[in-house]
Order: sequence, then C-alpha cells, then structure tokens
Amino acid sequence: MRWETVIGLEVHTELSTESKIFCGCTTAFGGEPNTHVCPVCAGMPGTLPILNRAVVERALRAGLALNCKITQNCKFDRKSYFYPDLPKAYQVSQLYAPICRGGHMEIEVNGEKKIIGIRQIHMEEDAGKLVHDPKSGGTLMDYNRGGIPLLEIVSQPDFRSGAEVIAYLEKLRETLLYLGVSDCKMQEGSLRADVNLSVRPIGGEMGVRTEMKNLNSFKAIGRAIEYESARQIEILENGGYVIQETRRWDDDAGESYGMRSKENAQDYRYFPEPDLLPIEISDEWLDSVRESLPELAHRKRERYMRDYGLSGHEVSVLTGHKNISDLFEDISKQSRNPLESARLVTGEIMRLLNVTNTLPEELSPDGRKLAVLVELLSARKINRNAYKEAVEAVFTDNAEPEAYIAQKGLMMLSDDNAVSEAAGAVLADNPDAAADYRAGKEKAFGFLMGQTMRKLGKAGDPDTVKKILKEMLDNQEGA
Amino acid sequence: MFNLNALELSSLIRERKLGAAEAVNAFTGAAEKSGNPYNTFITVSKEYALERAKAVQARIDAGETISPLAGVPVALKDNISTSGIPTTCASKMHDGYIPVFSAEVVDKLERAGMIIIGKLNMDEFAMGGSSETGAFGPVLNPWDTSRVAGGSSGGSAAAVAGREAPLTLGTDTGGSIRQPCSFCGVTGIKPTYGAVSRYGAVAYASSLDQIGPIGKNIDDCAALLSVISGPDAKDSTCFIDKPFVFGDARENLNGVRIGLPRNYFAAGIEEDVRHNVTAAAKELEAAGAIIGEFDMPLMDYMVPVFYIIACAEASSNLSRYDGLKYGYRSAAAKTLSEVYRLSRSEGFGLEVKRRIMLGSFVLSSGYYDAYYKKALQIRALIKEEYNRLFERFDMILSPVSPTSAYKIGENIDDPMKMYMGDIYTVSVNLAGLPAAVFPCGFDRLGLPVGVQLIGNAFSEAKLIEAARVYQRRTDYHTKTPGGEAK
Amino acid sequence: MNINNELITYLEDLSCLTLTEEEKRRLAVDLKDILSGMARLGELDTQGVPERSHPFDHVNCFRDDAAQASMDRELILKNAPHRNNEMFIAPKTVE
Repeated sequence: MRWETVIGLEVHTELSTESKIFCGCTTAFGGEPNTHVCPVCAGMPGTLPILNRAVVERALRAGLALNCKITQNCKFDRKSYFYPDLPKAYQVSQLYAPICRGGHMEIEVNGEKKIIGIRQIHMEEDAGKLVHDPKSGGTLMDYNRGGIPLLEIVSQPDFRSGAEVIAYLEKLRETLLYLGVSDCKMQEGSLRADVNLSVRPIGGEMGVRTEMKNLNSFKAIGRAIEYESARQIEILENGGYVIQETRRWDDDAGESYGMRSKENAQDYRYFPEPDLLPIEISDEWLDSVRESLPELAHRKRERYMRDYGLSGHEVSVLTGHKNISDLFEDISKQSRNPLESARLVTGEIMRLLNVTNTLPEELSPDGRKLAVLVELLSARKINRNAYKEAVEAVFTDNAEPEAYIAQKGLMMLSDDNAVSEAAGAVLADNPDAAADYRAGKEKAFGFLMGQTMRKLGKAGDPDTVKKILKEMLDNQEGA
Repeated sequence: MFNLNALELSSLIRERKLGAAEAVNAFTGAAEKSGNPYNTFITVSKEYALERAKAVQARIDAGETISPLAGVPVALKDNISTSGIPTTCASKMHDGYIPVFSAEVVDKLERAGMIIIGKLNMDEFAMGGSSETGAFGPVLNPWDTSRVAGGSSGGSAAAVAGREAPLTLGTDTGGSIRQPCSFCGVTGIKPTYGAVSRYGAVAYASSLDQIGPIGKNIDDCAALLSVISGPDAKDSTCFIDKPFVFGDARENLNGVRIGLPRNYFAAGIEEDVRHNVTAAAKELEAAGAIIGEFDMPLMDYMVPVFYIIACAEASSNLSRYDGLKYGYRSAAAKTLSEVYRLSRSEGFGLEVKRRIMLGSFVLSSGYYDAYYKKALQIRALIKEEYNRLFERFDMILSPVSPTSAYKIGENIDDPMKMYMGDIYTVSVNLAGLPAAVFPCGFDRLGLPVGVQLIGNAFSEAKLIEAARVYQRRTDYHTKTPGGEAK
Repeated sequence: MNINNELITYLEDLSCLTLTEEEKRRLAVDLKDILSGMARLGELDTQGVPERSHPFDHVNCFRDDAAQASMDRELILKNAPHRNNEMFIAPKTVE
C-alpha cells in the first residue's frame, strides 16, 4: 500500500514586546531566575491581569499578513491544568473567540507553489521554565518566562511532507521577523512548533494523529516527521493501531516516546476569563494596523529585482533577514547607489557576519557609516582595498569612516608627481619587465602595475597609476 | 468612644480632642482584653496600627486635612491583602502566608489616613453564608452568641455590631456583606461592580466579587465608600472614572419610585422578616416614596445560576494553591502529585472543596453547555429584567435573607438550605448592581432584621440618600446588642 | 443525575483533590441535591440568548507596552514552602 503523511502545525511564537502580556515585567531573555517576576505573573492571590495593547497590535499584524479574518469582538479564556510551570494553574489563552481565523500562506517547494491554510491565530501567555535540580533531586521553578506574550498559529492539516513543513516554517519565520512581531529565535525558544501527524493510504480516510512536542530546530522537526511517519506506517502495515497521544521528541536519541496517558486525557475546562474585558477591534484600528504593515519579504524580492536589476542570489541574501534588507535599503538610500550597496551587503557584510559569528538579529540596520564609504568609493576617493579595510573597521569597531580614512591615509593620491616618482622607481628597478612589455608582453604590464600600487600603498588610484605608467613606458620607448 | 460613629470619631480626632493612637489603643485593647468575644478578629495589627497612627497624628497636628475619616481605625475582612500582615482567608491553605503587596483598597485607606487595626474572621475563602466554614471557628452574633453572624463577612458585621471597630470592609459575592449586616443589625453597602478595585482581594468569583463598607449608619458607610471607590490601573474591571462624592441634600423621598417584588414575600420567608421589611416599605412611603409592587421574574433560577457561575470561577481562582509557591504544603507529600493533591485536600475545608468540585463539574467537557453556558445565558436574561425594572423604578426594596440569624450548626450540614438563603441577594451580583442594607426592626426573639435597597448601576448616591432619610426617621440602627447606644 | 464513584473520581482529578471516603460520600449526596436543583435551568428556553460573563458590557482595557521594575526576588520567594536562593522547588516532574 502507498501511504500519505498528513501534517498540521501549531507554532508558538514569543512576541517581541517590551513588557509581558498582563504585567509590566520585562520580556528580556535570560536574567537571573525569578528576577523578571512580580505578584501578577507569579500568580499571587488577589492579583489581576491588565492586557498589553502591543500584544493585540502584533496579533493583528500577523493575522493581516497571513490573510486572516480578524475577530473584531474577541476575548480571552482560561485553560486549566495543574503543572508547576503554570503559576495560576490556568493559562490565559483564547478558545471561543480567537483574534484571527481562516488565513493562508503560500509556500514553494522544489519550484512548486502550494497554499497552506491557517485555521486560527490566538494570543496567550507563556509558562515558566522548569529546571532539574541535581542538588535536591527536585525541579526548580523560574517564572521569568511566565507571562511573556505568545501567538499560537494553528495551520490546517495541509502538509504532506517534512519539506513542506520546513518551507512553511521558514517563510513564517521570515514574515514574523519582517512584521516585527517576534524575533523568532529558536535557540531561545521564541519560535516553537508542535507537529500533528497522521498517515493514511493515499486518498483514504484520515488516520489517527499524534502530537509531537519539544522540537527545537528545523532540523529536529524534519527528523521527527520522518521518524513519526515511518513509525505509524510500520504500525499500520503490521495490522496495529496508532494511539492518539502526545509524544516527546528526543533529538539526541533521534526518536520520540509517548508521554504518560494521564497528560493525554486533558479536560481543560476553558471558560471566559472574568478578570479581562472583551476586546473590540474597530474598523479604524484595523485600518491603521493594515496601513502600518511593512513590506514583506516576497514583495521586497520582486521589487529589488524589478527596480535595481539585482540577481536572484543577491535578492535572496538581502531578504534573508529583515535587518539585512533594512541595512541594504538604508545604505542604498543614503549613498544613492543601490548596486554598490547590494554588492557591499551581499559580499563584505555577509563575509564579516560569518567570520565574526554574528547573527543577523544582532546587526544594526543603521547604514549611515557604510553609505559614506560607498559614496567615497563611487566618487573614486578611495580604492577598493581601502574601502574593504574601512568597512571592516566600521563593522567590527564601529569606527567613524572619515576619521578612519584620514588617520590611515587611505584617501587616494590625486598627485601625479607622487605616482610618477613611484612608477619611475619601479621601472628603474625592473628594466627586464619594462623591456618585456615593450616587446609586446602585456603580462609584464600587470607586474609593473602591481609593483607601483604596492609602493603607493592603499592610497594608490589604479586608474591614475595605469595612465602614468603607460605614459612613462611609451615615452621611454620613444627615447 | 465605642458607641461613637466613625464620623463623630474623626471629628474628635480632627479637633485633637482624641489622639489617633488613643483610638487605636482603645479598639485593639478591647479586642485583646476581652478575648475576642465574638471570634471576629483573626489578627490584631496593633503595632502596625500604632505606627500608622503616629504618622497620621503628625500630619493632623501639622494642621493638614487628610480626609473626613483620617485617624479612624478600620478593620478588614481577612481576604483583603495587607502587605506584611497575615491574610488568611480563614483557611488553613493560607497557613503562614504573608502578602508581599497590599490590596488597592488598603492603599486608598492609608492615603485617606485611616488606620488598619486588624483582620476579620469570615467563611473560608468567603464561601458560606454563616461565617462557620473558616479554619478559625465560627463568628458569634453579638445579639445572641449561640447564633451565627451571617456570612461570609460575618466578622466584619459582628465587629461593628459588637463595637470592636467603628468601620470595617467586607466583600460581597452573592450577599456576603448584606446578609451578615442584616443578621447583626448594622449598615452596609454592596457597591456597583467596578466601583471599587478588586486588586488584592483574594478572588472567590471574579465577575461577582466587590469590596464594600460596613458601619453603624449609612453616613459612615458613604464616607468609607468615598475613600475606597475610584479607578485603579491594576483592575481591568474597575470602570469607575472617579471616586464617589456623596452629598446630603434630601430631606424626604418625594417622587422616588420604589419597587417591591411581591413574590419575594410569598413563600419561604419568615413572618417576622416579612413584617419588618413591609414596615420599612411603609416608612419610606411615609417619607414620600411611591411604592409599586411587581413580580420579580426568573426568581427560581437565580440561586442555581449564581452557584454555577460562582463555583466555576472559584474552582479556577483557587487552582493556584498548589503547595509550591505559598501557603500550606502537606508534610506527608513526597511526589509532585502528592504535593498538589494532599496540600489542597488538607488545606481546603469541606465547603470550599464542595464548590471546587461543583465548579469543575459545570466546566467539564460534556456538561459545560447544559450548566455553565446556560447559566451565562440566564444571567443575561436577569440583567435585562433589571434593566427593564429600572425604567419603572428608581430602586427596589427587598428582604436580605428569608430568616434572621439562625443557630450555629443549624444549617451547616445542609448546603442546599444554606444556598437558598441567598435567594434575595445573588441576582444583585449577577447584574453587578449596588445595594444598601440597613436594619429595619427586630424579630420576636429580639434579633435584628435588615432590608436592602437595590439600585441601577452607579446609583449609590440615590440609595444612600434613601437610607439616610430612613435612618433619620427610625432608630433601629442605633440599637446595640447591649441595649440603647445613646 | 446520577453521581457515581467514577464521576467523583473524575472531579477529584480535575480539581486536584484526594477526598476521604466520608467526604466522597457526603459530596455525592450534596452534588446530587445541588445538581437536581440546577436541572430546572433546562426548563428555560435560552435559544439565541448571548452568554453574559461580565455584569457590564465594557470592552478594551489596555496597558501601554512599557517595562517596569519587577519585584525583589526575595519577596517573590518569601512565602514558598520549599525554595533555594533563586527558585521555588517542586518535587521532580516526570516527563
């Protein structure tokens, strides 16, 4: 029999707000345990939540960008279960009226386009972090993460392969980054995906699904899907039944295992959160969010190709991260030289990110200093070697470009006498090469040129050197 | 001093005829010396109160006008969080728990220069109508110590009746201020939902709870309500835009339309209660009010709807008690599941567990629609009925409880009977309305009987005016368990 | 409705309680009483009636997104029955 894998995704993304969803504690990552905590997010008796407006705004941005219908009268519900990471033993979430419903996103796998349906997006609070304590043998509870705002983006079961899932996640990540909704750092847990997977004979009835948790990287997700799909097919081919359960992926072992059945049989007793008021999103509010949406990556790609005539490779590098495209656009705008700006960002800047192990999210999108260098290069005030050196100084030490160039003497010599002097010395030292050139060996010119440039250091303007050297050789010939 | 009302006390303090510390010493001393005769106080915060009194006195001495109640001692129901002072909710679950923050009303009291002298006994987590379910034993009714003080704010009402505090705060979820006021012969106000911040009041049922004042007369209660009302950025449901300011304009009730729910007086009500409440209606009529009778719709549904909603919210609000972050933790518990289950089972009393189980039931899958959802729909209908009634009437006069104070232990094993005692009070909370309660007579055993005036949202001023006119024409509120007050 | 042991056990699990036999017996009786009292709600036709979870119709209470100082950690942990200098301690969680 031929089997088909049916996958749906629940993606949780932490929002990049300053403060938590229901209190003023910071959302900053890290921090000493329990130092980003107040009575509200610690769930102390008598405390009450106040909703952070920015959470609603970000949910609206995500919803609009993902083509959702916005629930203009939405509200929060309580989801109850007992676990030490949940200080109130209920999570404030949305079940009955989630903020967004019915959207979609287009993905592309191996050149084929496909639409993935989005069932709903809802807002909720994150849980705290539990850490094993080797000293007491117990579990340590840290509520710094508790109350950080999350969006849960629930897809339709429209995926048929791990590759589609990865393509969706990459595009979703890129979109959320562009929207400024989340910083989507998987390593910090700000983007997490649960995979619902079942298999069925192609075209047959929907199978029993399992839910996989603890997927911490795109790679882990790909592996887990492959594993789970094979596991279910094997069970079914041997005449067995798949049990509906939650499974935990162990990336080191490369396998998943079922969680205790008790955790599976949940009755969350959702009911409307009485401590929060319903949210009414007016048409005006919605319009203002719609107008403030930034250009998304795929639209940018089209524009870069059309307006700047950039190559497909350059465009995909530039739109790989919002900071990178923002930097490119800023340099481009300030230097009025998009082609050279694109060359700088896709070349030197990408190389420097790589060698310094810097993540794009740490990159400043402020292009002022680099734009100065692009202008100097275009105006032939510095040569390309000097340019590269200065770019590196700006990137690594945040150097001031003009001061750096002045200090290092990188400004090109426009003084022909200095060039003539250097060229004369080189010709005197290398009579053989001069003779070779005159004998018609063009290669020798390159050698003489290189020697002259070396003598002049980074201040040499290759065009001037070339001109003067040629003149001198021709003159000598005539002499 | 003990028989002075709060405003009289405050003018003595303001005129520096009485020191704030003197007042604190007198009231805390009485509570300590006489050995807490009505079992009202769970904590007497004398040291803290004296420190506060000193600070307030210094400001009064410097000629500063702080508020009309500056320097007046006040005691709080023990579900209102006080930073540094134990807040027990009369539950073993709060064993050793000392809040690290204060309720908004506590901050407002302190800004007004009032002095918190202690924390008062109640039903455990405010769940009960007799102040018998708490971990510290029953509150005794000062009029007859073999009888209950009512609940759940029994300590708050009995402390005023027993002259142990000039003013107190209670909380009212389904009648928890009004019924003990009625049983103890004192005056109280259940404010409009959203008039007083709930921040720091340990929640029983979030969409119903409201903090309110209890005192010897309506003027004292009005003064205290002015202090505690007002907006709070920490409570999303505190809608009021500014604190109440109450005038003193009305000499009579000419033209005030008061509705009398005929069916409230039909079955199940004690004859003495019916008689006294009817007489109160006559008194108001004599003061100029126009009394109109009507049948309260949906009466039979009120108590079930209330208990479904209240227990559902309570089961969720109380799920935060897990033996891990604060409060009681079972010594026998080893595993995580044991810490949860044993701490909760040992920490909560039977009535609380009953309501948690009931709340879990009505929210559980399979029963949600038939119980919880249905209750929310009927709540909407009750609200609509009240809206219609307030087109016809300025206020509604109703009994508070079908009975006067009953014997301690009499109803404790019959939850249904206990719940039905809330028949006249719960719909007010379901609709979020204000109500003033005040004494209107005595039954044949000499036990006080109270009456309530229910108003439209944020019509506290009207209710207070009507109660004031009534109290100027009658003297029930001046009677004390020991005889005449003045 | 019938309140059997199975339902009581289910409600204990949901409520995270372990009741004594005596408590279970009493609660079974009480719940039966209370629920039969509640059963009368079914008589009322509420088709199309919106659910009211708040007494009033207010909407939109928001806070601006600004981080404020958190509470001193010692105060956060002050009431914990079992803790170290930084965190609450629970018995081992099984995953």
